[in-house]
Amino acid sequence: MSTTSISLGAGSRARWWEFAVWILLLLLPVLLPKHSLLVSEITIIALFAMSLDLVLGYSGIVSLGHAAFFGTGAYAAALFAKHINPDPLTGLLVATLVSAVLGLVCSPGILRGSDLTRLMVTLGIALILQELANKMDHITGGADGLQGVLMGPVLGRFEFDLMGQTAAYYALAVTLLVFLLLRRWVHSPFGFSLKAIRDNRLRAQAIGIPVHARLMAVYTLAAAIAGLAGGMQAQTTGFASLDVFGFDRSADVLLMLVIGGTGWLWGGLMGAVLFKTLHSLVSALTPQYWTFWIGLFLVLLMLVGREKLLRPWTWGRRS
Amino acid sequence: MSEDTVLSCTGLSKKFGGITATDNVSLKLQRGARHALIGPNGAGKTTLINLLTGLLTPTAGRIELLGVDISRLAPHQRVQRGLVRTFQINQLFDGLTPLQTLAMTVSQQLGLGASLWYHLGNDRRVADRCEQLLNQFHLSEVMDQPTTQLAYGKRRLLEMAIALACEPRVLLLDEPVAGVPAGEREELLQTVANLPADVSVLLIEHDMDLVFSFAKRMTVLVNGAVLTEGSPDEIAADPRVREVYLGHGEAHG
Repeated sequence: MSTTSISLGAGSRARWWEFAVWILLLLLPVLLPKHSLLVSEITIIALFAMSLDLVLGYSGIVSLGHAAFFGTGAYAAALFAKHINPDPLTGLLVATLVSAVLGLVCSPGILRGSDLTRLMVTLGIALILQELANKMDHITGGADGLQGVLMGPVLGRFEFDLMGQTAAYYALAVTLLVFLLLRRWVHSPFGFSLKAIRDNRLRAQAIGIPVHARLMAVYTLAAAIAGLAGGMQAQTTGFASLDVFGFDRSADVLLMLVIGGTGWLWGGLMGAVLFKTLHSLVSALTPQYWTFWIGLFLVLLMLVGREKLLRPWTWGRRS
Repeated sequence: MSEDTVLSCTGLSKKFGGITATDNVSLKLQRGARHALIGPNGAGKTTLINLLTGLLTPTAGRIELLGVDISRLAPHQRVQRGLVRTFQINQLFDGLTPLQTLAMTVSQQLGLGASLWYHLGNDRRVADRCEQLLNQFHLSEVMDQPTTQLAYGKRRLLEMAIALACEPRVLLLDEPVAGVPAGEREELLQTVANLPADVSVLLIEHDMDLVFSFAKRMTVLVNGAVLTEGSPDEIAADPRVREVYLGHGEAHG
């Protein structure tokens, strides 16, 4: 093999710690059986954050309304299970497809204007959907949420249990699969062309990349994955409520991604784990002041920078 | 139109409000042309490039590439048909290494750009072409370094290598040696001189040494319009050119 192809391959090879972390994650339902519900919750949020990373980190498209797709997936999965078929995997596929279609329909909205335009357009779409779900209460249950969603067993064998062990395994397995898929995508020419568009849109089009088509494609893919995450959330918790579309959800997932680091696949996962763990720990100590500490952490992270913050021994030096 | 004309524009004009930036410009590039576009600052050279590549829409006029009207095509479609440019100010991908940049560009050129499943380094053709380009543009040693850390001359070389990776039929070079320090200049001049013979090149440059050593034909642009066109000798001898160009009292180059 030539040196060039070796160099090109280097970035995509899995590191030992990546295997280690995934094995640890997959063992979590056994190691922490009492926290299985938390494990599946964090895993699902991590998947949601990864889907945002595809748009934000890899393609440079800011969004304050990514919950639009999470919520759509959640309602799609819940409604499908309730009215058509309780099989989880079929439901997940439906949730993914419905969100993908919504993503495709919304994607022209992110092509034009500045970052501010995109922030407002994405925020607006999520608000519209939330209000629609609220008004169409004969289908969605409105403000009460869609309750009584009974799921069938996963693969026809594994019933969802009250402890949430099946849910945790289910979420972890699906997330691992999507992680592997994303890993492949970001190392493909498609993935690199997204980074090229992010870094320099003018030049990207000057080397023949159809910038708009690429952005629409990645937005659709990200919407599909967000819908998948939302679908899993509805399936594992057994209900869907209006907060799946909420601004808080869009903002939180953005925070997690920024904390974990944008533009690498582990960012969403690390961010979700860190955010949720911090949340649990800090709220246990000072229930009222959780947002104070996360706010302080965020300000420091953005002003000081990740590199510096994670290396306390360099704090005295001038950069 | 002769068989050998690769790129032509006829009656190309661009008005910004009341200002005419490009005024009825007609230009023809033959296969393998080495054509220079010169003119004082503000003559509309970069505007003309932007019109040809589709970044700007002309107010009037027509552009043909290989006999096909491309006036209405989007920039990326013109690139796919072989009309490629470099930029006066480097336009690079700071998050990618030179090798990744070239591999991505070559993949795009080979029609693999939208592939999700195949790995960027996996195609023999991509790896081979990258290796060629890296050698040709003296970038092999720095191929894995972050693009942001390259010396200015290397960045300039990468700027041109990216354009060549698009396999152009026509290459528009916008001031390729602008701002390059003396020590890194030779490498760059050499690569300009060694561009593939079958690629037609339109060179915009202020550096008169480079222009006169490179060009077989020249077009002089003044106030957005073509003042004259001819061989380097004719241009050098033309009193009107001397007046507009050198008459400002500043010697270029």
